[in-house]
Amino acid sequence: MKYTDYFLYLLSGIFFGFVLVKSEVISWFRIQEMFRFDSIHMYGIIGLAILVGMISIQIVKKLNATDKNGTPITIPPKDPSQWKRYVIGGSMFGLGWALLGACPAPLFALLGTGISVMIVPIVAAILGTYTYGVFQKYMPH
Amino acid sequence: MLDLLYQPWPWFIAGPVIGLMVPLLLYIGNKSFGVSSNFRHICAACDPAGIEFFNYDWRTGIWNLVLIVGVAIGGFLGGSVFANPEPIAISAQTTQDLQTLGILNFTGFVPSDIFNWEILGSAKGLTILIIGGFLIGFGTRYAGGCTSGHAITGLSNLQLASFIAVIGFFIGGLIMTYLLLPLIL
Repeated sequence: MKYTDYFLYLLSGIFFGFVLVKSEVISWFRIQEMFRFDSIHMYGIIGLAILVGMISIQIVKKLNATDKNGTPITIPPKDPSQWKRYVIGGSMFGLGWALLGACPAPLFALLGTGISVMIVPIVAAILGTYTYGVFQKYMPH
Repeated sequence: MLDLLYQPWPWFIAGPVIGLMVPLLLYIGNKSFGVSSNFRHICAACDPAGIEFFNYDWRTGIWNLVLIVGVAIGGFLGGSVFANPEPIAISAQTTQDLQTLGILNFTGFVPSDIFNWEILGSAKGLTILIIGGFLIGFGTRYAGGCTSGHAITGLSNLQLASFIAVIGFFIGGLIMTYLLLPLIL
């Protein structure tokens, strides 16, 4: 990968992190509000993000678009026959999301805002992923 | 103009802007937008036990690790340099619910009486910060994605798998919100 590409990913991340703050997606209070269905805020954000993503992907597919290096764009499909992993894994993720009031990207953005204790759930999440890796073979998928 | 950098953005502006991450990353290098794979890349980079799930070249994920470093910098810019001084305007109903649960301080992005280093010594702090983080890391890898990878990228690409995963997110989220969180807080 070229160094200019690293720079572009860094800029994209800065942009994304900035929007996560300005949209208050990183707010513990907004997540509590979402799971109580008390405001359109989070649903509007996620819904419109999906809409823009969907239109973009349709355009990419219609045009058989390539990335800026000329590689044809491909989006790996996810296998729906493994429904158990999505239900069980998804529910575990949801328990954590509502408890901590943040999903992965906001954890990093919150750390960046200066809440140093966020390093604790980040390390715990890495340990959680590691534990999954250890037990993956024994779990239903 | 500068005000825009300090003020919160309404959902109908922020949503489409976040959605642009999908084509942006596809265009830069044919990458699917998703954040939680980074936990796996970090494990793969320092796996001490040679676990099969982490036996791949973690360098293929450097682009994503660079992205989350950017997210943290973006958080610093948005939440510290251009910080909005006002408390977040959540609904009166949520505020009332949370007050009943003992949340009294509504300034900042997170309740300061939970998210601090001192609370780590208590059962409440350990549960929220460590079990919460662990569930996120375990659950997202088990499910194969988080809010960005499943809810945004997966649903944008009309993936049934992601639709099931998002239903799972809400099963867990609602159980936590209505049944468990009142016991924990």
